[in-house]
Amino acid sequence: MTVEHTNPQGAVTAIDGYLERHETKSLLRVITCGSVDDGKSTLLGRLLYDTKLLFDDQLAALEDDSLRHGTQNGELDFALLVDGLAAEQEQGITIDVAYRFFSTDRRKFIVADCPGHEQYTRNMATGASTAELAIVLVDARKGLLTQTRRHTYICGLLGIRHVVLAVNKMDLVGYAQNIFRRIESDYRVVAAQMGIEQVTAVPLSALHGENVSRRSTKMAWYNGPSLLGQLETVQVDRSVSKLGFRMPVQWVCRPNQNFRGYAGQVVAGSVAPGDEVVVLPSGVRSRVARIVTADGDLPQAAAGDAVAIQLEDERDISRGDVIASTSQPPQVADQFAAHLLWMDAAALLPGRPYWMKIGARLVTAQVTEIKHRVDVNTQERRPAKRLELNEVGYCNLGLDHAIAFESYADCRELGGFILIDRQTNATVAAGTLSFALRRADNIHWQHTDVDRAARALIKGQTPACLWFTGLSGSGKSAIANAVEKRLHAMGYHTYMLDGDNVRHGLNRDLGFTAEDRVENIRRVAEVARLMVDAGLIVMVSFISPFRSERGMARALFDEGEFHEVFVDTPLEVCAQRDPKGLYAKARAGQIHNFTGIDSPYERPEQPELHLETQGVAVEELAQRVIDTLPGV
Amino acid sequence: MNLAATPDDSAQPRHRSSPEADLKALAASSHLKRLEAESIYIMREVAAEFSNPVLLYSVGKDSSVLLHLMQKAFHPAPPPIPMLHVDTTWKFREMIAFRDRRAKETGCRLLVHTNREGLEQGVGPFTHGAAVHTDIMKTQALKQALAQYKFDAAIGGARRDEEKSRAKERVFSFRNAQQRWDPKSQRPELWSLYNARIHKGESVRAFPLSNWTELDIWLYIYRENIEVPSLYLARERPVVERDGRLIMVDDERMPLAPGEVPQMRKVRFRTLGCYPLTAAIESQADTLPAVIQEMLVARTSERQGRVIDHDVGASMEKKKQEGYF
Ligand SMILES: Nc1nc2c(ncn2[C@@H]2O[C@H](COP(=O)(O)OP(=O)(O)O)[C@@H](O)[C@H]2O)c(=O)[nH]1
Repeated sequence: MTVEHTNPQGAVTAIDGYLERHETKSLLRVITCGSVDDGKSTLLGRLLYDTKLLFDDQLAALEDDSLRHGTQNGELDFALLVDGLAAEQEQGITIDVAYRFFSTDRRKFIVADCPGHEQYTRNMATGASTAELAIVLVDARKGLLTQTRRHTYICGLLGIRHVVLAVNKMDLVGYAQNIFRRIESDYRVVAAQMGIEQVTAVPLSALHGENVSRRSTKMAWYNGPSLLGQLETVQVDRSVSKLGFRMPVQWVCRPNQNFRGYAGQVVAGSVAPGDEVVVLPSGVRSRVARIVTADGDLPQAAAGDAVAIQLEDERDISRGDVIASTSQPPQVADQFAAHLLWMDAAALLPGRPYWMKIGARLVTAQVTEIKHRVDVNTQERRPAKRLELNEVGYCNLGLDHAIAFESYADCRELGGFILIDRQTNATVAAGTLSFALRRADNIHWQHTDVDRAARALIKGQTPACLWFTGLSGSGKSAIANAVEKRLHAMGYHTYMLDGDNVRHGLNRDLGFTAEDRVENIRRVAEVARLMVDAGLIVMVSFISPFRSERGMARALFDEGEFHEVFVDTPLEVCAQRDPKGLYAKARAGQIHNFTGIDSPYERPEQPELHLETQGVAVEELAQRVIDTLPGV
Repeated sequence: MNLAATPDDSAQPRHRSSPEADLKALAASSHLKRLEAESIYIMREVAAEFSNPVLLYSVGKDSSVLLHLMQKAFHPAPPPIPMLHVDTTWKFREMIAFRDRRAKETGCRLLVHTNREGLEQGVGPFTHGAAVHTDIMKTQALKQALAQYKFDAAIGGARRDEEKSRAKERVFSFRNAQQRWDPKSQRPELWSLYNARIHKGESVRAFPLSNWTELDIWLYIYRENIEVPSLYLARERPVVERDGRLIMVDDERMPLAPGEVPQMRKVRFRTLGCYPLTAAIESQADTLPAVIQEMLVARTSERQGRVIDHDVGASMEKKKQEGYF
């Protein structure tokens, strides 16, 4: 729009008028899908240019770039406008999702610009997750390609219902109607298969601006809208939803004893003071007392509004709960069928627990069964044991808590979720819930492999065996105890094995003969191995004087799991300390085969940690032990 | 509108809302309202998911909008997130006064951090150049502050429309324990499900204004009567011309060439930063509507005014990797 320079009062009126129009202007979120060289960047650059969103300095930069990197012989290369990261510019392709903004007098547009290669399926899904409409680009010379199907499939999977098929480079096929019509009718078949309800096909030339923001005179046979015309007028009406009121609680607002409000964004339906509501999954009921905002209380709140709701009764409600209308509340379940798009380099393994974020809720979820994988190019179903990066699977999920949900088709906010790796914290998958399974339908999860990695993962730690060896009285137990206390305080799962708790039970039958001593160590090592298998960090505190015994114990563990800690205190010091009076007895000949007196101690040759204890505090020694542990 | 130190503005709050209008707006769900709700949602996620978040407050228009949104997000509770200003000691004087006053008025806890070593070494834009000054007094200072207070999340006012490399920025932008941004290891961000899980020492920068444009910011400021420093409005100000840029002489530290005399020109600023690094534009727009009106016909982008972007060839992306934002 143009605004003449006027006096301040005139400006106020002009801006008020503009604001009025601007305020009722709606927002449309769009994703552009195309393969390399279909002309996506050119088209987007052209849209920005045509809607006059470029400033002089940006235009100057564009002219400059066009001369240096352009592919248009120094003519303006619109594609350069929308290229972001330097690394990508060098490779000549866009890798990530970039967001572009432009607006016309009618609408503001946010465009997610995503690459189209198969290895960027996850990026496309990211862009599609927030889009209401997709522009699918096709090169008029090539017609529908494998990637056209893939792009359309991803759009359908993420619930996009409106597609504009942009048949580009019409200038290169002589603006021929029959070519366009064939592509259009082929595409309608594909779109219908993928559940896309509304398709508008537009023949255009991004390079020459034909049918981009104005109707082309070169294609008189086409009487539909230009691309921009379609974007400006298409009705996407997200708000038309058959669901009643739903709001996930994001944050509990408790400024003082007298006020407790539940802050969140309404995701479906509407609510007014006096309405009866139910809180899920607990099922407690109450009534809405007030709808609080900084701009005053509201008589009503509807989908999209960020509000704080005060209920008539004090209820125990926390982040992640869903407040819903009582007339048609959402279902609550902990077993689901869902589509998963895997986004991480490390494959999905059934049976592994992941964090699942859905609405404002964080729960633990595992895939109990992959029913099938979907080939994103052909949409064929294939059997699968795992899902690799960029693969889509249809899976059963088991959660550790029941949640309120909707099918993704009905509500993106209560049906869309992400999975997060519990050790790397990476976002590893995007998912869409289809429906709840009865537990009986999903008993498979008993059969899936819960292996040592899975057990370790659920504890969020790397299991290990810390084997403390050293003379009697050297300080093994004191150090091991301090280590365990600290690990425990840090939230790790531990266990301590020492002479006392083993000799009195498991090894009650063993004496002190050479054979019994070997058997004693063998049993202790086996128990430690089982505990490491269970995911624990185990401390073994045994004199274990013989190299061969310690070697036997070590051999039971995987590489890196066994940490031999040599607690090295001189014999005289130990004998002097003599906490249990044993050295005195041994020297008096009352005990035989006592290590250090009449039985040798074989010093470890290559312990993982050699602790010379003299003059060092137990706490410091313990810290040195902890420092050697991986993943702590 | 309600601008600081602008006695003559037609600053009557406008009463434009009536119950009917409220309902109508509700039904229409305008795009400003959608943006506002989205930003509030993001701020609440930060407050709920992190144990020690902070709001990076730069005193400019985007920060003013952030502060306003923060008041809305947690109403009726006071903002539970403190704000941090990295003071390079070269900000416009008006910015500092404005900052302190707004902190008092909103009841939001204000933390101010200055790079002490930099200050002791006398680092400044005139002596060390824009790039070094910005690196030491802004980038390094910010890192110091984040490390010192052990913030696990920092809310910033960056927008995706500002610059090409920002177009790909996440709403929750992950930083490793060295506070670096790696464009290759950003987490995919679907729907409005932000992954806030981090290990000790790692952090997240959250950008609630990601989807706003400069025009949205101004229209929102106007609609909501948000107070911004009057530096945004055209006034007669003492300026000198350097390499074609108008630099305001805000204090006596500005070295003048022999015979150089600051001239009074009617100028305003499109962004606010260190005064020697922030170019003014000549303008007659001395009211907010006039500024918006000028914007609508403007032919240069707001970054034009930031000297730092032109000082070295380094791209925005590089600065971001180093932790500039
Ligand atoms: N003749 C013609 N060439 C086009 C058209 N649109 C794009 N191109 C060219 O196709 C090539 C690839 O375009 P670009 O926008 O970079 O494709 P992207 O990889 O999809 O972003 C460039 O050489 C463009 O100039 C068009 O409508 N007609």
